[in-house]
Amino acid sequence: MDLQLVEEAAKELYIRALKRLPPDIKEGIARLERDETDDTARSVLGTMRTNIRVAEDNDNLLCQDTGVPIYNVTIGAGVAVDGLALKAAIRRGCERATREHPLRSSIVHPLTRQNEHTSCGVLVPVIHVDFDATPGALTIEMIPKGSGSENNSFLKMAVPADGVAAIERFVIDCVVEAGGKTCPPTIVGVGVGGTSDLCVWLAKRAATRSLGTRSADPDAAALEAKLSAAVNGLGVGPQGLGGDATAFAVHLELAATHITMNPVAVNMQCHSARRARATLTAAGVEYGY
Amino acid sequence: MTHQTLALPADEAQIRALRVGDTVTLTRTLFGIRDATQIHLFDRGRTTRFDLRGHAVIHTAPNVRKVPRSEAHPAGYESICIGTTTSARMERFTAPLMARYGVRIVIGKGGLGAASSEAFQRYGGVYLAIVGGTAALETTWIEQIEDVDLDDLNPESLWRFRIGEFGPLLVAMDSHGGSVYERVQAETRARREAVLAALGARP
Repeated sequence: MDLQLVEEAAKELYIRALKRLPPDIKEGIARLERDETDDTARSVLGTMRTNIRVAEDNDNLLCQDTGVPIYNVTIGAGVAVDGLALKAAIRRGCERATREHPLRSSIVHPLTRQNEHTSCGVLVPVIHVDFDATPGALTIEMIPKGSGSENNSFLKMAVPADGVAAIERFVIDCVVEAGGKTCPPTIVGVGVGGTSDLCVWLAKRAATRSLGTRSADPDAAALEAKLSAAVNGLGVGPQGLGGDATAFAVHLELAATHITMNPVAVNMQCHSARRARATLTAAGVEYGY
Repeated sequence: MTHQTLALPADEAQIRALRVGDTVTLTRTLFGIRDATQIHLFDRGRTTRFDLRGHAVIHTAPNVRKVPRSEAHPAGYESICIGTTTSARMERFTAPLMARYGVRIVIGKGGLGAASSEAFQRYGGVYLAIVGGTAALETTWIEQIEDVDLDDLNPESLWRFRIGEFGPLLVAMDSHGGSVYERVQAETRARREAVLAALGARP
């Protein structure tokens, strides 16, 4: 694997993600606008649609929040790569995007609040590495995770006796608590099971999944549909100004858990649900969502 | 519900005439302010050379490019993308912004709480809601970065923008105790019970 290619892709992905929304999100906004019954809410959704067009026309960022940069790397079958050098290349690409575009560096040291103006810091960009069976391909998904939605993240270690009802209650209460602060309509990501850290990570994975996808687990998929309808009955509406469109969907990801545990986590993605993907093969780099 | 254009700075009577549900387009000048700016102004004893009396502040930290100072870029910054952040984190600064600096308008997203509402009533102020996450559009409403203070806090400096027609923005909190957020939150809490009952998830 050519690491110069990885560095270029890491740079390009950050900028692309900040400028162009994936088609599923654009369709999601159009759908919510079509179905909205509240006048103010419809006008807010219309402004969001206009903004997507202005960003494309002016080749500008959709939102000023450059977020916390997250890179999800998936290494396919037979791909030979030096893991440490791969992570270093991604970090260089992230830093170059910030300096060369330039982008606002939103990353600071958590205690001193010092901003290095590189979008990098201790353990940031966040880099997750996983593996799959795709022959000869390395894919990188880039998510600039906005802070408005990230600041509304929740974990509850419920008990087995409270069952699935505890999960449902928690999701509803998190959406009520978050109100307009998450820049709704959101994708409500729910993690269920695992350990505390795994549960929160699953919630993030759920929140950043494409619209229209369903959980691979049939019980989880049924719960997704039930909760998606329920949250849109709360009336939070776009930007918390009231209306039907509180969420595009509720997504749920699960992991097995301990006999004594019933963990549930919520992580939300704002309406500017940005993500970009690069697939690197021997033939070169292909960009998508 | 009316729409009006407000050239800044504005006086108390102009602000008190605004009601929740009205829409406003601002012209002339706008100040950008954020968490670190206000932490330094109000917790760390720093001051600004800017006169904010009667003005509007927007909760923002922009994307900018450093350029040589010129007539077009008097502060040495060119704007790339200027948008609005979540206001709730800065709730405790609304009252001192108004009392100490005479600010009359706060622009943000997601709304402010009871302490800010009290400040708006006491000093004569409003909260104008912008659609969060629509910074590409918002950037087209800003003509120039005119000046900057407290720039060691960059990007959370205190910015002075020259604006064209900035809006329309929704009056979401007024000087008479009105708040769209308070109304929606009360309705949402009321609906929560019915939603939980329908799920079969009542405690």
